Amino acid sequence: MVKGLKPHRYHQYHIVGRHVPTDADPNPQVYRMKLWSLDDTRAKSKFWYFLSRLKKVKKANGQIIACNEIFEEDVTTIKNFGIWIRYQSRTGFHNAYKEYREISMNKAVDALYEEMASRHRVRAPCLQIIKICQVADADVKRDNTIQFLGVKEPVSFPVVNKVLRHDSKSQKTTFKYKRPNFSAV
Amino acid sequence: MPFTRNIELGRVALVNLAADALYGKLVVIVDFVDMNRVLVDAPGVDRRVMSLRRLALTSLVVDLNEEKSPSKETLAAAMKTADVEGQWAASAWGKKIAKQAARKNLTDFDRYKVMVARVKRSALIKKALK
Repeated sequence: MVKGLKPHRYHQYHIVGRHVPTDADPNPQVYRMKLWSLDDTRAKSKFWYFLSRLKKVKKANGQIIACNEIFEEDVTTIKNFGIWIRYQSRTGFHNAYKEYREISMNKAVDALYEEMASRHRVRAPCLQIIKICQVADADVKRDNTIQFLGVKEPVSFPVVNKVLRHDSKSQKTTFKYKRPNFSAV
Repeated sequence: MPFTRNIELGRVALVNLAADALYGKLVVIVDFVDMNRVLVDAPGVDRRVMSLRRLALTSLVVDLNEEKSPSKETLAAAMKTADVEGQWAASAWGKKIAKQAARKNLTDFDRYKVMVARVKRSALIKKALK
């Protein structure tokens, strides 16, 4: 992580859990899951939420065997990420596919939660990530992603809405003695 | 007037936010995230995403042969071929920043010498204008 950069909010966890061994079943089936959450406590909670929906195991009769955070190796190149989601709106449940260009999956998940909150007013607990995968440039579907690939023609666009800001807080003023120079934007 | 400096592969930009670790450095745009963020790289720094709000585009462009996120060596070679440092030092913008940095690093005695030189210059100007 480069110093001074905003860290990602969502972390990826790998969680392994199972039903508590009983006399009837001394070797219960072990389940593992990869999911995103703000911290490991919430990750475990989410694990039980999903598992209790899929299998007859719940927190009261289950145990967590392992909970590890997964760290990504390559965070200095930009990848395309496709995310399949299921979310609850005020109307009902919807499935959707979203694409993001980010340096890591964690950042893509951050962007997903923010976009779903802003565009669709979806709160975090109402959003379920079905699948995430890296998408090759040739397989990208969304126009908003395609325009930054530069496949047909090189990417080139101006900064049309440049806001000139002070270099540091000490230089912040309401009035300037000089008009701003917008030639260097 | 049309825009002359575009966000494009190889565009050299100056980091102009003092709070940023790369403040005052020249960086090269090597990939695009969205309309507001790009991936920047420069020799001696980690490649990272940066908001366009923190960047001021220069007129310099490095030829990266349309290669996104090139290796450090390729980037350094491309910057050398384009003579980024030389052209920046020769530009008015680069000169201004170099001058500001030089002024900032002056010692008390240096400042005294500047003062003496200024007095001498104004005396000469006064004499010439008389």
